[in-house]
Amino acid sequence: MIILENVHFAYDGIYTALQGVSLQIDDGERIAIMGTNGAGKTTLVKQLNGLLRPHRGRVILDGIDTKRYSVAELARHIGLVMQNPDHQLFLDSVEKEILFGLKQLGFSSEDARIRCESTLLNLGLDSLADRSPFTLSGGERKRVALASVLATEPRVLVLDEPTIGQDAKQKENLAQMLRDLNEKGRTVIVVTHDIEFVIENFPRTVAMANGTVIADGPTSSVLSNDDVIERCSLTAPQLTLAARSIHAIHPDVSERLTLLSNLEEEIVRVLRGA
Amino acid sequence: MPLIEFQDFSFKYYGADFLALKKVNLTISEGEYVVITGPSGCGKTTLCRTINGLVPQFHRGYIAGNVLVDGKNTRDHTVAEMATIAGLVFQQPENQLVTLNVEKEIAFGPENLGVDPVEVRHRVEELISLLDLEHLRDKHPHEMSGGEQQRVAIASILALKPKIMVADEPTSNLDPKNAELILDIIAGLNKRDMTVILVEHRLDLVSKDASRIVLMNDGRIVADGTPRNILVKDLCQEIGVGVPKATLVYKSLKNRGIDLGSVPLTGEELATLVKEAS
Repeated sequence: MIILENVHFAYDGIYTALQGVSLQIDDGERIAIMGTNGAGKTTLVKQLNGLLRPHRGRVILDGIDTKRYSVAELARHIGLVMQNPDHQLFLDSVEKEILFGLKQLGFSSEDARIRCESTLLNLGLDSLADRSPFTLSGGERKRVALASVLATEPRVLVLDEPTIGQDAKQKENLAQMLRDLNEKGRTVIVVTHDIEFVIENFPRTVAMANGTVIADGPTSSVLSNDDVIERCSLTAPQLTLAARSIHAIHPDVSERLTLLSNLEEEIVRVLRGA
Repeated sequence: MPLIEFQDFSFKYYGADFLALKKVNLTISEGEYVVITGPSGCGKTTLCRTINGLVPQFHRGYIAGNVLVDGKNTRDHTVAEMATIAGLVFQQPENQLVTLNVEKEIAFGPENLGVDPVEVRHRVEELISLLDLEHLRDKHPHEMSGGEQQRVAIASILALKPKIMVADEPTSNLDPKNAELILDIIAGLNKRDMTVILVEHRLDLVSKDASRIVLMNDGRIVADGTPRNILVKDLCQEIGVGVPKATLVYKSLKNRGIDLGSVPLTGEELATLVKEAS
Protein backbone atom coordinates (compact mmCIF):
# COMPACT_ATOMS: atom_id res chain seq x y z
CA MET A 1 0.00 0.00 0.00
CA ILE A 2 1.20 3.50 -0.85
CA ILE A 3 0.08 6.53 1.10
CA LEU A 4 0.83 10.11 0.11
CA GLU A 5 0.35 12.48 3.02
CA ASN A 6 -0.04 16.14 2.18
CA VAL A 7 2.79 16.09 -0.38
CA HIS A 8 4.18 19.45 -1.50
CA PHE A 9 6.80 19.96 -4.18
CA ALA A 10 8.27 22.93 -6.06
CA TYR A 11 10.88 22.52 -8.80
CA ASP A 12 12.72 25.76 -8.22
CA GLY A 13 11.21 26.87 -4.95
CA ILE A 14 8.93 29.26 -6.85
CA TYR A 15 6.55 27.32 -9.06
CA THR A 16 4.59 24.94 -6.87
CA ALA A 17 3.95 21.74 -8.78
CA LEU A 18 2.24 19.87 -5.95
CA GLN A 19 0.42 21.62 -3.16
CA GLY A 20 -0.81 19.17 -0.58
CA VAL A 21 -1.63 15.93 -2.37
CA SER A 22 -3.02 13.12 -0.21
CA LEU A 23 -3.80 9.76 -1.73
CA GLN A 24 -4.09 6.14 -0.67
CA ILE A 25 -3.29 3.45 -3.22
CA ASP A 26 -4.10 -0.11 -2.19
CA ASP A 27 -2.34 -3.18 -3.51
CA GLY A 28 -3.92 -4.52 -6.69
CA GLU A 29 -5.68 -1.32 -7.74
CA ARG A 30 -5.88 0.04 -11.29
CA ILE A 31 -5.81 3.83 -11.11
CA ALA A 32 -5.76 6.53 -13.78
CA ILE A 33 -4.40 10.00 -13.02
CA MET A 34 -5.82 12.66 -15.32
CA GLY A 35 -5.42 16.43 -15.60
CA THR A 36 -4.31 19.33 -17.79
CA ASN A 37 -0.76 19.77 -19.10
CA GLY A 38 1.05 21.13 -16.05
CA ALA A 39 -1.42 19.85 -13.42
CA GLY A 40 1.34 17.98 -11.58
CA LYS A 41 0.67 14.41 -12.74
CA THR A 42 4.23 13.59 -13.76
CA THR A 43 5.60 15.31 -10.66
CA LEU A 44 3.27 13.15 -8.58
CA VAL A 45 4.33 9.83 -10.07
CA LYS A 46 8.02 10.73 -9.75
CA GLN A 47 7.42 11.02 -5.98
CA LEU A 48 6.41 7.37 -5.92
CA ASN A 49 9.79 5.95 -6.96
CA GLY A 50 11.89 8.64 -5.32
CA LEU A 51 13.06 10.44 -8.47
CA LEU A 52 11.62 13.48 -6.73
CA ARG A 53 11.22 13.80 -2.95
CA PRO A 54 8.49 15.76 -1.16
CA HIS A 55 9.50 19.17 0.20
CA ARG A 56 6.73 18.79 2.73
CA GLY A 57 4.59 15.78 3.56
CA ARG A 58 5.43 12.08 3.22
CA VAL A 59 5.26 9.16 0.83
CA ILE A 60 4.77 5.90 2.71
CA LEU A 61 5.30 2.47 1.16
CA ASP A 62 3.97 -0.43 3.25
CA GLY A 63 4.16 1.63 6.43
CA ILE A 64 7.69 2.95 5.87
CA ASP A 65 8.54 6.51 4.82
CA THR A 66 10.22 6.27 1.41
CA LYS A 67 12.83 8.83 2.41
CA ARG A 68 14.58 5.85 4.05
CA TYR A 69 14.93 4.19 0.63
CA SER A 70 17.24 4.98 -2.27
CA VAL A 71 15.83 5.19 -5.80
CA ALA A 72 17.52 1.85 -6.52
CA GLU A 73 15.75 0.23 -3.56
CA LEU A 74 12.40 1.70 -4.58
CA ALA A 75 12.95 0.44 -8.13
CA ARG A 76 12.56 -3.11 -6.78
CA HIS A 77 8.98 -2.28 -5.85
CA ILE A 78 7.94 0.44 -8.23
CA GLY A 79 8.58 0.46 -11.98
CA LEU A 80 8.15 3.75 -13.82
CA VAL A 81 7.85 4.16 -17.58
CA MET A 82 8.49 7.78 -18.47
CA GLN A 83 6.49 9.78 -20.97
CA ASN A 84 9.35 10.26 -23.40
CA PRO A 85 11.01 6.91 -24.29
CA ASP A 86 14.15 8.75 -25.37
CA HIS A 87 14.72 9.67 -21.72
CA GLN A 88 14.84 6.00 -20.87
CA LEU A 89 16.38 3.98 -23.71
CA PHE A 90 20.18 3.77 -23.99
CA LEU A 91 21.27 0.38 -25.33
CA ASP A 92 21.85 -0.61 -28.95
CA SER A 93 19.32 -3.42 -29.24
CA VAL A 94 15.74 -3.87 -28.16
CA GLU A 95 16.55 -7.19 -26.51
CA LYS A 96 19.49 -5.78 -24.52
CA GLU A 97 17.26 -2.95 -23.37
CA ILE A 98 14.70 -5.41 -21.95
CA LEU A 99 17.33 -7.74 -20.43
CA PHE A 100 19.13 -4.86 -18.70
CA GLY A 101 16.45 -4.17 -16.10
CA LEU A 102 15.82 -7.87 -15.52
CA LYS A 103 19.50 -8.50 -14.81
CA GLN A 104 19.79 -5.46 -12.55
CA LEU A 105 16.93 -6.83 -10.51
CA GLY A 106 18.65 -10.19 -10.16
CA PHE A 107 16.61 -12.45 -12.44
CA SER A 108 18.55 -15.52 -13.61
CA SER A 109 19.59 -15.38 -17.26
CA GLU A 110 17.19 -18.19 -18.13
CA ASP A 111 14.28 -16.47 -16.39
CA ALA A 112 15.26 -13.12 -17.90
CA ARG A 113 15.32 -14.61 -21.39
CA ILE A 114 11.85 -16.16 -20.99
CA ARG A 115 10.37 -12.93 -19.65
CA CYS A 116 12.04 -10.90 -22.38
CA GLU A 117 10.66 -13.14 -25.12
CA SER A 118 7.12 -13.19 -23.83
CA THR A 119 7.03 -9.43 -23.24
CA LEU A 120 8.35 -8.71 -26.74
CA LEU A 121 5.72 -11.03 -28.17
CA ASN A 122 2.88 -9.48 -26.17
CA LEU A 123 3.81 -5.97 -27.26
CA GLY A 124 4.33 -6.88 -30.92
CA LEU A 125 8.08 -6.26 -30.73
CA ASP A 126 9.30 -9.82 -31.36
CA SER A 127 10.40 -9.11 -34.93
CA LEU A 128 12.35 -6.05 -33.74
CA ALA A 129 14.41 -7.76 -31.00
CA ASP A 130 17.77 -7.19 -32.70
CA ARG A 131 17.09 -3.66 -33.93
CA SER A 132 18.57 -0.58 -32.31
CA PRO A 133 15.78 1.33 -30.54
CA PHE A 134 17.04 4.49 -32.23
CA THR A 135 16.07 3.16 -35.67
CA LEU A 136 12.50 2.46 -34.55
CA SER A 137 9.43 4.63 -34.99
CA GLY A 138 8.15 6.80 -32.12
CA GLY A 139 5.36 4.36 -31.27
CA GLU A 140 7.73 1.39 -31.34
CA ARG A 141 10.28 3.14 -29.09
CA LYS A 142 7.50 3.83 -26.63
CA ARG A 143 6.63 0.14 -26.56
CA VAL A 144 10.28 -0.81 -25.96
CA ALA A 145 10.34 1.50 -22.93
CA LEU A 146 7.10 -0.10 -21.71
CA ALA A 147 8.46 -3.60 -22.32
CA SER A 148 11.66 -2.92 -20.36
CA VAL A 149 9.60 -2.24 -17.25
CA LEU A 150 6.64 -4.58 -17.82
CA ALA A 151 9.05 -7.53 -18.18
CA THR A 152 10.19 -7.07 -14.57
CA GLU A 153 6.58 -7.25 -13.30
CA PRO A 154 7.12 -4.79 -10.45
CA ARG A 155 4.60 -4.80 -7.61
CA VAL A 156 3.58 -1.29 -8.59
CA LEU A 157 3.64 -0.31 -12.23
CA VAL A 158 3.53 3.39 -13.06
CA LEU A 159 3.09 4.38 -16.71
CA ASP A 160 3.30 8.01 -17.83
CA GLU A 161 1.21 8.46 -21.00
CA PRO A 162 1.59 4.88 -22.24
CA THR A 163 -0.77 5.22 -25.21
CA ILE A 164 1.04 8.05 -27.04
CA GLY A 165 1.78 7.07 -30.62
CA GLN A 166 -0.01 3.71 -30.28
CA ASP A 167 -2.54 2.50 -32.80
CA ALA A 168 -5.79 0.89 -31.68
CA LYS A 169 -4.45 -2.66 -31.82
CA GLN A 170 -1.32 -1.88 -29.79
CA LYS A 171 -3.43 -0.01 -27.27
CA GLU A 172 -5.63 -3.08 -26.82
CA ASN A 173 -2.55 -5.34 -26.45
CA LEU A 174 -1.20 -3.01 -23.80
CA ALA A 175 -4.53 -2.92 -21.97
CA GLN A 176 -4.64 -6.71 -21.98
CA MET A 177 -1.11 -6.95 -20.54
CA LEU A 178 -1.99 -4.48 -17.81
CA ARG A 179 -5.14 -6.43 -16.93
CA ASP A 180 -3.13 -9.68 -16.81
CA LEU A 181 -0.49 -8.16 -14.52
CA ASN A 182 -3.24 -6.68 -12.38
CA GLU A 183 -4.86 -10.10 -12.03
CA LYS A 184 -1.53 -11.38 -10.72
CA GLY A 185 -1.91 -8.77 -7.98
CA ARG A 186 0.18 -5.95 -9.42
CA THR A 187 -0.92 -2.38 -8.83
CA VAL A 188 -1.21 -0.37 -12.07
CA ILE A 189 -1.11 3.42 -12.15
CA VAL A 190 -1.33 5.35 -15.42
CA VAL A 191 -1.07 9.03 -16.20
CA THR A 192 -3.02 9.73 -19.35
CA HIS A 193 -5.25 12.09 -21.33
CA ASP A 194 -6.83 9.15 -23.12
CA ILE A 195 -10.33 9.17 -21.67
CA GLU A 196 -11.55 6.11 -23.60
CA PHE A 197 -8.54 4.06 -22.45
CA VAL A 198 -9.39 5.02 -18.87
CA ILE A 199 -13.10 4.27 -19.12
CA GLU A 200 -12.41 0.85 -20.59
CA ASN A 201 -9.60 -0.20 -18.26
CA PHE A 202 -9.37 1.73 -15.00
CA PRO A 203 -11.99 1.47 -12.24
CA ARG A 204 -10.60 4.43 -10.25
CA THR A 205 -9.68 7.90 -11.50
CA VAL A 206 -7.78 10.65 -9.70
CA ALA A 207 -8.31 14.05 -11.34
CA MET A 208 -5.71 16.77 -10.79
CA ALA A 209 -5.55 20.51 -11.41
CA ASN A 210 -2.99 23.08 -10.26
CA GLY A 211 -1.04 20.63 -8.15
CA THR A 212 -4.03 19.35 -6.18
CA VAL A 213 -6.43 16.42 -6.38
CA ILE A 214 -9.83 17.77 -7.42
CA ALA A 215 -11.66 14.44 -7.61
CA ASP A 216 -10.91 10.85 -6.68
CA GLY A 217 -13.30 7.94 -7.03
CA PRO A 218 -14.93 5.49 -9.40
CA THR A 219 -14.06 6.40 -12.99
CA SER A 220 -17.68 6.42 -14.10
CA SER A 221 -18.63 9.11 -11.60
CA VAL A 222 -15.42 11.19 -11.76
CA LEU A 223 -15.60 11.40 -15.55
CA SER A 224 -19.34 12.09 -15.63
CA ASN A 225 -18.68 15.31 -13.73
CA ASP A 226 -18.65 18.22 -16.20
CA ASP A 227 -16.67 20.38 -13.79
CA VAL A 228 -13.89 17.77 -13.66
CA ILE A 229 -13.93 17.37 -17.45
CA GLU A 230 -13.59 21.15 -17.82
CA ARG A 231 -10.87 21.66 -15.21
CA CYS A 232 -8.84 18.72 -16.53
CA SER A 233 -9.08 20.07 -20.11
CA LEU A 234 -10.64 16.80 -21.19
CA THR A 235 -13.25 16.42 -23.87
CA ALA A 236 -16.19 14.11 -23.27
CA PRO A 237 -15.89 10.88 -25.26
CA GLN A 238 -17.89 10.58 -28.48
CA LEU A 239 -20.22 7.97 -27.04
CA THR A 240 -21.01 10.07 -23.97
CA LEU A 241 -21.88 13.02 -26.22
CA ALA A 242 -24.05 10.75 -28.36
CA ALA A 243 -25.76 9.26 -25.29
CA ARG A 244 -26.51 12.71 -23.87
CA SER A 245 -27.95 13.92 -27.09
CA ILE A 246 -30.12 10.82 -27.57
CA HIS A 247 -31.21 11.06 -23.92
CA ALA A 248 -32.66 14.50 -24.63
CA ILE A 249 -35.22 12.88 -26.98
CA HIS A 250 -35.41 9.44 -25.39
CA PRO A 251 -35.13 10.05 -21.64
CA ASP A 252 -35.06 6.32 -20.93
CA VAL A 253 -31.60 6.11 -22.56
CA SER A 254 -29.04 6.78 -19.84
CA GLU A 255 -27.00 9.91 -20.48
CA ARG A 256 -24.04 8.39 -18.66
CA LEU A 257 -23.47 5.48 -21.00
CA THR A 258 -19.87 5.24 -21.97
CA LEU A 259 -19.18 1.73 -23.25
CA LEU A 260 -19.84 0.94 -26.89
CA SER A 261 -21.79 -2.26 -26.23
CA ASN A 262 -24.15 -0.49 -23.79
CA LEU A 263 -24.93 2.35 -26.16
CA GLU A 264 -25.40 -0.04 -29.05
CA GLU A 265 -27.98 -2.05 -27.08
CA GLU A 266 -29.83 1.12 -26.11
CA ILE A 267 -29.96 2.30 -29.73
CA VAL A 268 -31.22 -1.09 -30.88
CA ARG A 269 -33.92 -0.92 -28.20
CA VAL A 270 -34.95 2.62 -29.19
CA LEU A 271 -35.04 1.85 -32.91
CA ARG A 272 -36.67 -1.58 -32.73
CA GLY A 273 -39.14 -0.40 -30.12
CA ALA A 274 -40.13 2.59 -32.25
CA MET B 1 -0.75 19.78 -61.92
CA PRO B 2 -0.83 17.99 -58.55
CA LEU B 3 1.02 19.70 -55.70
CA ILE B 4 2.60 16.50 -54.39
CA GLU B 5 3.29 13.43 -56.47
CA PHE B 6 4.89 10.19 -55.31
CA GLN B 7 5.87 8.07 -58.30
CA ASP B 8 6.66 4.45 -57.40
CA PHE B 9 8.71 5.80 -54.52
CA SER B 10 10.65 3.38 -52.31
CA PHE B 11 13.08 4.24 -49.54
CA LYS B 12 15.37 2.31 -47.21
CA TYR B 13 17.23 4.15 -44.44
CA TYR B 14 21.00 3.83 -44.53
CA GLY B 15 21.92 0.80 -42.41
CA ALA B 16 18.39 -0.61 -42.27
CA ASP B 17 17.64 -4.00 -43.77
CA PHE B 18 14.08 -3.31 -44.86
CA LEU B 19 12.24 -0.74 -46.95
CA ALA B 20 10.46 1.98 -44.97
CA LEU B 21 8.39 2.90 -48.05
CA LYS B 22 7.54 0.42 -50.78
CA LYS B 23 6.54 1.64 -54.23
CA VAL B 24 4.33 4.42 -52.94
CA ASN B 25 2.11 6.17 -55.48
CA LEU B 26 0.23 9.15 -54.11
CA THR B 27 -1.09 12.35 -55.63
CA ILE B 28 -2.21 15.28 -53.52
CA SER B 29 -3.75 18.44 -54.95
CA GLU B 30 -3.67 21.98 -53.63
CA GLY B 31 -6.13 22.64 -50.79
CA GLU B 32 -6.60 19.05 -49.66
CA TYR B 33 -6.57 18.00 -46.00
CA VAL B 34 -5.09 14.53 -45.97
CA VAL B 35 -4.83 12.43 -42.83
CA ILE B 36 -2.19 9.71 -42.95
CA THR B 37 -2.82 6.87 -40.55
CA GLY B 38 -1.79 3.27 -39.93
CA PRO B 39 -0.04 1.08 -37.35
CA SER B 40 3.09 2.40 -35.66
CA GLY B 41 6.16 1.64 -37.73
CA CYS B 42 4.22 1.56 -41.03
CA GLY B 43 6.11 4.44 -42.65
CA LYS B 44 4.00 7.50 -41.79
CA THR B 45 6.88 9.56 -40.41
CA THR B 46 9.09 8.60 -43.34
CA LEU B 47 6.37 9.76 -45.73
CA CYS B 48 6.25 13.13 -43.93
CA ARG B 49 10.03 13.51 -44.10
CA THR B 50 9.86 12.81 -47.79
CA ILE B 51 7.53 15.69 -48.54
CA ASN B 52 9.89 18.37 -47.23
CA GLY B 53 13.01 16.66 -48.54
CA LEU B 54 14.46 15.49 -45.20
CA VAL B 55 14.32 12.14 -47.00
CA PRO B 56 16.64 11.85 -48.94
CA GLN B 57 18.57 15.07 -48.29
CA PHE B 58 19.12 14.62 -44.53
CA HIS B 59 18.11 11.01 -43.91
CA ARG B 60 20.17 9.17 -46.48
CA GLY B 61 19.48 5.76 -47.92
CA TYR B 62 18.45 3.71 -50.90
CA ILE B 63 15.92 5.39 -53.19
CA ALA B 64 13.82 4.25 -56.10
CA GLY B 65 11.17 6.32 -57.87
CA ASN B 66 10.59 10.04 -57.42
CA VAL B 67 8.77 12.54 -55.27
CA LEU B 68 7.76 15.82 -56.89
CA VAL B 69 6.61 18.63 -54.64
CA ASP B 70 5.35 21.75 -56.37
CA GLY B 71 7.14 20.49 -59.47
CA LYS B 72 10.46 20.07 -57.68
CA ASN B 73 12.08 16.66 -57.46
CA THR B 74 13.18 16.14 -53.84
CA ARG B 75 16.28 14.35 -55.09
CA ASP B 76 17.55 17.63 -56.54
CA HIS B 77 16.58 20.29 -54.01
CA THR B 78 17.93 21.05 -50.54
CA VAL B 79 15.81 21.01 -47.39
CA ALA B 80 16.24 24.81 -47.23
CA GLU B 81 14.69 25.13 -50.70
CA MET B 82 11.89 22.71 -49.85
CA ALA B 83 11.18 24.46 -46.52
CA THR B 84 9.50 27.37 -48.27
CA ILE B 85 7.15 24.93 -49.99
CA ALA B 86 6.46 22.37 -47.26
CA GLY B 87 6.77 23.03 -43.51
CA LEU B 88 7.04 20.15 -41.05
CA VAL B 89 5.59 20.28 -37.53
CA PHE B 90 6.99 17.62 -35.21
CA GLN B 91 5.32 15.63 -32.46
CA GLN B 92 7.50 17.18 -29.75
CA PRO B 93 7.69 20.96 -30.16
CA GLU B 94 10.70 21.02 -27.83
CA ASN B 95 12.63 19.18 -30.58
CA GLN B 96 11.86 22.02 -32.96
CA LEU B 97 12.25 25.25 -30.99
CA VAL B 98 15.76 26.66 -31.05
CA THR B 99 15.78 30.29 -29.89
CA LEU B 100 15.20 32.25 -26.69
CA ASN B 101 11.83 33.85 -27.26
CA VAL B 102 8.77 33.69 -29.44
CA GLU B 103 9.63 36.64 -31.70
CA LYS B 104 13.09 35.26 -32.44
CA GLU B 105 11.68 31.79 -32.99
CA ILE B 106 9.23 32.99 -35.62
CA ALA B 107 11.86 35.19 -37.29
CA PHE B 108 14.51 32.44 -37.31
CA GLY B 109 13.41 30.68 -40.50
CA PRO B 110 12.90 33.68 -42.79
CA GLU B 111 16.04 35.41 -41.44
CA ASN B 112 18.08 32.36 -42.34
CA LEU B 113 16.66 32.40 -45.83
CA GLY B 114 17.68 36.05 -46.21
CA VAL B 115 14.19 37.54 -46.26
CA ASP B 116 14.16 41.35 -46.03
CA PRO B 117 14.06 42.42 -42.31
CA VAL B 118 11.02 44.64 -42.85
CA GLU B 119 9.16 41.69 -44.31
CA VAL B 120 10.35 39.41 -41.46
CA ARG B 121 9.02 41.89 -38.90
CA HIS B 122 5.72 42.00 -40.76
CA ARG B 123 5.40 38.20 -40.80
CA VAL B 124 6.25 37.94 -37.09
CA GLU B 125 3.52 40.41 -36.14
CA GLU B 126 0.99 38.77 -38.42
CA LEU B 127 1.64 35.33 -36.94
CA ILE B 128 1.68 36.52 -33.32
CA SER B 129 -1.79 37.85 -33.95
CA LEU B 130 -3.05 34.87 -36.01
CA LEU B 131 -1.95 32.29 -33.41
CA ASP B 132 -2.78 34.38 -30.35
CA LEU B 133 0.78 34.55 -29.05
CA GLU B 134 0.86 38.18 -27.87
CA HIS B 135 1.07 37.27 -24.16
CA LEU B 136 3.98 34.92 -24.90
CA ARG B 137 5.98 37.34 -27.05
CA ASP B 138 9.03 37.58 -24.75
CA LYS B 139 8.78 34.17 -23.18
CA HIS B 140 11.38 31.44 -23.42
CA PRO B 141 9.91 28.31 -25.06
CA HIS B 142 10.70 26.27 -21.92
CA GLU B 143 8.44 28.53 -19.87
CA MET B 144 5.46 27.62 -22.00
CA SER B 145 2.99 24.74 -21.86
CA GLY B 146 3.11 22.04 -24.52
CA GLY B 147 0.14 23.55 -26.34
CA GLU B 148 1.75 26.99 -26.38
CA GLN B 149 5.02 25.54 -27.63
CA GLN B 150 3.19 23.77 -30.43
CA ARG B 151 1.49 27.04 -31.46
CA VAL B 152 4.91 28.69 -31.62
CA ALA B 153 6.26 25.79 -33.67
CA ILE B 154 3.38 26.20 -36.12
CA ALA B 155 4.00 29.95 -36.31
CA SER B 156 7.69 29.38 -37.03
CA ILE B 157 6.74 27.06 -39.89
CA LEU B 158 4.18 29.49 -41.29
CA ALA B 159 6.79 32.27 -41.26
CA LEU B 160 8.32 30.62 -44.31
CA LYS B 161 4.98 30.96 -46.14
CA PRO B 162 4.83 27.33 -47.24
CA LYS B 163 2.06 25.99 -49.47
CA ILE B 164 1.97 22.74 -47.54
CA MET B 165 1.90 22.01 -43.84
CA VAL B 166 2.99 18.52 -42.85
CA ALA B 167 2.26 17.73 -39.20
CA ASP B 168 3.48 14.48 -37.65
CA GLU B 169 1.24 13.67 -34.66
CA PRO B 170 1.34 17.29 -33.52
CA THR B 171 -1.07 16.83 -30.62
CA SER B 172 -0.11 13.48 -29.11
CA ASN B 173 1.60 15.04 -26.08
CA LEU B 174 -1.17 17.57 -25.45
CA ASP B 175 -4.23 17.37 -23.25
CA PRO B 176 -7.49 17.04 -25.21
CA LYS B 177 -8.48 20.73 -25.00
CA ASN B 178 -5.09 21.89 -26.23
CA ALA B 179 -5.13 19.18 -28.89
CA GLU B 180 -8.48 20.45 -30.10
CA LEU B 181 -7.15 24.02 -30.23
CA ILE B 182 -4.15 22.99 -32.36
CA LEU B 183 -6.33 20.89 -34.67
CA ASP B 184 -8.77 23.82 -35.05
CA ILE B 185 -5.84 26.06 -36.02
CA ILE B 186 -4.74 23.50 -38.63
CA ALA B 187 -8.29 23.13 -39.99
CA GLY B 188 -8.51 26.94 -40.16
CA LEU B 189 -5.28 27.12 -42.17
CA ASN B 190 -6.69 24.52 -44.55
CA LYS B 191 -9.78 26.69 -45.07
CA ARG B 192 -7.39 29.48 -46.03
CA ASP B 193 -6.02 27.30 -48.86
CA MET B 194 -3.14 25.65 -47.03
CA THR B 195 -2.64 22.04 -48.11
CA VAL B 196 -2.46 19.93 -44.96
CA ILE B 197 -0.91 16.50 -44.48
CA LEU B 198 -1.50 15.29 -40.93
CA VAL B 199 -0.35 12.06 -39.30
CA GLU B 200 -2.71 10.98 -36.56
CA HIS B 201 -3.86 7.83 -34.76
CA ARG B 202 -6.83 9.42 -33.06
CA LEU B 203 -9.19 9.64 -35.99
CA ASP B 204 -12.08 10.68 -33.75
CA LEU B 205 -10.34 14.06 -33.46
CA VAL B 206 -9.53 14.72 -37.12
CA SER B 207 -11.94 12.85 -39.37
CA LYS B 208 -14.50 15.65 -39.35
CA ASP B 209 -12.00 18.13 -40.82
CA ALA B 210 -10.18 15.86 -43.25
CA SER B 211 -11.10 15.63 -46.91
CA ARG B 212 -9.24 12.37 -47.31
CA ILE B 213 -7.69 9.53 -45.34
CA VAL B 214 -4.68 7.61 -46.58
CA LEU B 215 -4.23 4.32 -44.78
CA MET B 216 -0.72 2.83 -44.64
CA ASN B 217 0.52 -0.57 -43.58
CA ASP B 218 4.02 -1.99 -43.78
CA GLY B 219 5.42 0.79 -45.99
CA ARG B 220 2.54 0.71 -48.46
CA ILE B 221 -0.64 2.66 -49.07
CA VAL B 222 -3.45 0.17 -48.56
CA ALA B 223 -6.52 2.42 -48.78
CA ASP B 224 -7.20 5.98 -49.87
CA GLY B 225 -10.52 7.83 -49.90
CA THR B 226 -12.93 10.05 -47.97
CA PRO B 227 -13.15 9.47 -44.20
CA ARG B 228 -16.68 8.06 -44.49
CA ASN B 229 -15.59 5.57 -47.15
CA ILE B 230 -12.37 4.47 -45.49
CA LEU B 231 -13.43 4.20 -41.85
CA VAL B 232 -16.20 1.67 -42.47
CA LYS B 233 -13.77 -0.79 -44.06
CA ASP B 234 -13.02 -3.89 -41.98
CA LEU B 235 -9.39 -3.42 -43.03
CA CYS B 236 -9.13 -0.50 -40.57
CA GLN B 237 -9.83 -2.71 -37.58
CA GLU B 238 -7.75 -5.56 -38.99
CA ILE B 239 -4.59 -3.47 -39.10
CA GLY B 240 -5.35 -1.60 -35.91
CA VAL B 241 -6.57 1.84 -36.96
CA GLY B 242 -8.43 3.79 -34.27
CA VAL B 243 -11.85 4.06 -35.89
CA PRO B 244 -14.08 6.68 -34.17
CA LYS B 245 -16.41 4.98 -31.67
CA ALA B 246 -19.46 6.56 -33.33
CA THR B 247 -18.46 4.92 -36.62
CA LEU B 248 -17.99 1.56 -34.85
CA VAL B 249 -21.53 1.80 -33.44
CA TYR B 250 -22.80 2.45 -36.97
CA LYS B 251 -20.97 -0.63 -38.30
CA SER B 252 -22.11 -2.81 -35.47
CA LEU B 253 -25.75 -1.76 -35.96
CA LYS B 254 -25.49 -2.41 -39.67
CA ASN B 255 -24.29 -5.96 -38.99
CA ARG B 256 -27.45 -6.40 -36.93
CA GLY B 257 -29.65 -5.21 -39.77
CA ILE B 258 -30.09 -1.58 -38.68
CA ASP B 259 -28.90 0.89 -41.30
CA LEU B 260 -28.58 4.48 -40.09
CA GLY B 261 -28.32 5.65 -43.70
CA SER B 262 -25.05 7.56 -43.50
CA VAL B 263 -21.73 7.08 -41.70
CA PRO B 264 -21.28 9.15 -38.52
CA LEU B 265 -17.79 10.39 -37.58
CA THR B 266 -18.72 12.13 -34.32
CA GLY B 267 -20.98 11.48 -31.35
CA GLU B 268 -23.28 14.32 -32.42
CA GLU B 269 -23.64 12.88 -35.92
CA LEU B 270 -24.49 9.48 -34.46
CA ALA B 271 -27.12 11.00 -32.15
CA THR B 272 -28.68 12.94 -35.03
CA LEU B 273 -28.94 9.79 -37.16
CA VAL B 274 -30.52 7.84 -34.30
CA LYS B 275 -33.04 10.64 -33.68
CA GLU B 276 -33.94 10.75 -37.37
CA ALA B 277 -34.40 7.00 -37.50
CA SER B 278 -36.55 6.76 -34.36
